[in-house]
Amino acid sequence: MILKVDNVTKSFGGLVALKDVSFEVKKGQIMGIIGPNGAGKTTLFNAISGVFNIDNGKVIFKDEDITGLPPNKRARKGIARTHQIVRPLNELSVLENVMVGSCFGKLNANLGNSRDKALEVLEFVGLYDKREVLAGKLNVPEKKRLELARALASDPEIILLDEVLAGLNPAEVSSMLDVIMGIRDQGITILMIEHLMHAIMNVSDTVIALVYGQKIAEGSPEEVANNPEVVEAYLGDPELALTLLREKGRRSK
Amino acid sequence: MVSAWIGAILSGILLGLLYGLAAIGLNLIWGVMNVINLSHGAFIALGMFSSYFLAHYLHVSPFLGVVFVLGFGIVIGMITYLVSLHKIISAPELSTLLATYSVSLIIIGLGTFIFTTNPRAIDIHLGSVSVGETVLPMTKILTGLFSIVTTAWFYFFLYKTWSGKAIRSVSMNRDAAELMGINTTATLALAFGIGVGLAMTAGSLAATIFPFTILSGGGYELKSFVICVLGGLGSPIGALVGGLVLGLIENLVTLKIPTSYVPFLEFLILVFILIVKPTGLLARR
Amino acid sequence: MEKGKTLFWLIPGLIVLILLPPLTGSVTMRESVFLMLMYVSLAVSLNIILGYTGYVSFGHIVFYGIGGYIAFYLMKFYNVHLIPAMVAGGIGAAIAAYALGEAVLRLRGAFFAIATIGVNEAVKALVNNLDFIGGAEGLFFNFKIYKAYGGAAKAIWFSYYTMAGITLIAILVAYLIKKSKFGLGLMAIREDEDAALVLGVSTKHYKSLAYAISAFFPGMVGAVFFFKAGNIEPHDAFHLIKSIEMIFMVMLGGYGNVTGALTGALVYERLKGYLLVSPLFKDLHMAISGAILLLIVLFMPQGIVGFIRERSKRLREWLE
Ligand SMILES: Nc1ncnc2c1ncn2[C@@H]1O[C@H](COP(=O)(O)OP(=O)(O)O)[C@@H](O)[C@H]1O
Ligand SMILES: [Mg+2]
Repeated sequence: MILKVDNVTKSFGGLVALKDVSFEVKKGQIMGIIGPNGAGKTTLFNAISGVFNIDNGKVIFKDEDITGLPPNKRARKGIARTHQIVRPLNELSVLENVMVGSCFGKLNANLGNSRDKALEVLEFVGLYDKREVLAGKLNVPEKKRLELARALASDPEIILLDEVLAGLNPAEVSSMLDVIMGIRDQGITILMIEHLMHAIMNVSDTVIALVYGQKIAEGSPEEVANNPEVVEAYLGDPELALTLLREKGRRSK
Repeated sequence: MVSAWIGAILSGILLGLLYGLAAIGLNLIWGVMNVINLSHGAFIALGMFSSYFLAHYLHVSPFLGVVFVLGFGIVIGMITYLVSLHKIISAPELSTLLATYSVSLIIIGLGTFIFTTNPRAIDIHLGSVSVGETVLPMTKILTGLFSIVTTAWFYFFLYKTWSGKAIRSVSMNRDAAELMGINTTATLALAFGIGVGLAMTAGSLAATIFPFTILSGGGYELKSFVICVLGGLGSPIGALVGGLVLGLIENLVTLKIPTSYVPFLEFLILVFILIVKPTGLLARR
Repeated sequence: MEKGKTLFWLIPGLIVLILLPPLTGSVTMRESVFLMLMYVSLAVSLNIILGYTGYVSFGHIVFYGIGGYIAFYLMKFYNVHLIPAMVAGGIGAAIAAYALGEAVLRLRGAFFAIATIGVNEAVKALVNNLDFIGGAEGLFFNFKIYKAYGGAAKAIWFSYYTMAGITLIAILVAYLIKKSKFGLGLMAIREDEDAALVLGVSTKHYKSLAYAISAFFPGMVGAVFFFKAGNIEPHDAFHLIKSIEMIFMVMLGGYGNVTGALTGALVYERLKGYLLVSPLFKDLHMAISGAILLLIVLFMPQGIVGFIRERSKRLREWLE
């Protein structure tokens, strides 16, 4: 077990975004996180990466309680993430963006080594040719790849992917899925939030479903997809949901 | 002893009202478009001169002239916005800070060239009122009253008129306001114009009490920063309350400590509040 | 992040500039180059917090004043030599910045800018009241102080070379930071502080350090400037408009790179010199500066060097 989320609660004013959420992630697994918009998925990632303090509960990483640590220290320990709304460092080149990851994340390399690492990762995600371009000048699918590359370059043990497939066309989705499988093959644990059902069902080892900040199901993809509560709260008719979600994934940026 | 306190309180209230009025324009512009108007002081000084010339050459009483100065200020404020600010309104803070500072340099530079920096004063004698042993000049009292009236007008404008509502919705969410059919360019220009108009009005009133030069707005500008962080952004009442607090502090502490420490105290308050009051002030982007 | 070629021409070019006055023996030229060097040091150091890190230190002149006062005090009352006094001034300014940074660097955007103005004004107002450092009148040197340097004339040359030394070191440091891991972290903060934090940059520590370094050189510059002037007073040492001049220089040249700050400083010195003596413009220099600043902000926000860098890929590595 690499990550344990234990009874995490977080509210914003009156709104409870996460309520007593607990689960464990095994090393080397891909865990999918599903749930309607506003369910608290991104908030969960923020809690794990330390973007804000949680109200209650614990986050345990490799048997160490990291609940109070700031994000940079968590990154150094090997937790990397992407952002649902991409955050490129606009005025820096693609290469420099990725070097920030390799310089300051778990790898904590010097400039020379982090450059080598960054180039390797850029090759891997297919942005090598764009390395000299300013990050602000990339298009959205490229920015998503950049997010991923930056996280990967830090040599993380676990990587949190927040809707990296949203807004991609089918060809881009399948090439991104290849990249994700490649990451798994390197032995990196993956937590991924996704709306694209067929994608998440195909790649995940386990899936959890969040609704209104609460975990309502956990298990294998099939178990979760057939869980009556999930079907009711979220999927409705699985076939219909699949089509709708595909549509939505395409439309939302 | 007691009368000294009463005098200080009365004087502090009257001055505080003026300070509040002076800060409202800065507060409005800051709140609506997230721009810190570093030409605020220059416009206050321009208000002083406008009032002076109205009184000197056209023999218009400064207290009647207020209306002209306000209107004049709105017009040049709007022009200033369109010329110097609109293009960069969404750029990082540095751009808008520097743009408004350059406006200040231009106004003060031209002002120094045309009017020199010899002090001037408006020749106005309206007698005075005694409260116990305290003698309050009538001009000071009128200034306080006019500050209240102007603030009340502004409050009415902001909350009861269509334009005022447009300004408030633009300040809450520019994109949404645009979608709802509000012309944001015109609204932002108007907001900046009103901000400048109020600054000039405050200047025109201040000129009836103190002698001034083209540089005299600077002090009010710095005080306005203090007031804005004291009273919070976005409400005219907050600015007025902040002004009163500052006016009272100024007049009361000088009973105990030398006047020369007052600026130090004010800036200490400014920095202290900025650092300590985390809600709304910190991490705003 | 290649090594770049900028320093290969920049340092020799500066050394030539520095040697011109002694070679020609021209005192007017020395005064003008002294100012240039001073502006370059100030602009290049401000650029570290403003251009690299993205924090608008509007009251940056406060560190020049603090350094100036510390050094002046040591020289006047303890007969300390300029060099150690200057270093003390620089360190004092850096410590002040570090401590202050812990508090004000939590503020973002315009709030930080206003806080730095507030700090500058507060310090000025305080110094105005402190009698042991001369209050509002300030402090004056007894001209005997210059004896240790071989007389007033020699002392002025000495301060000239000292300023030159500061400038060269400031440029070197600014350049090395730009090319370092530290610099990369700072630029990440500038672009998106929250993202930088999540990527592992210890933003708090980096910002404070950048602020301290960017205060260190102005502190030393203040020391040399007021040594040469022979007196120091609060109004002069904490003059907000000098802060704006520093920002102006950085903007004019182009922010975020050493060559930009340097170019801005040189152009600004020439421009100011021209405006101040030109019979046509001398009374209007302030208004004209304002108009130029406005034009830059509106139409060339990337500055002179930024403008060239954008257009020529080949020149980019020469202009960092
Ligand atoms: N920083 C925040 N401040 C206030 N409310 C927030 C914040 N972040 C998220 N929320 C709220 O918490 C809820 C969950 O949001 P989020 O985690 O982004 O949902 P999801 O990623 O599942 O779509 C939403 O109602 C959202 O509005
Ligand atoms: Mg989300």
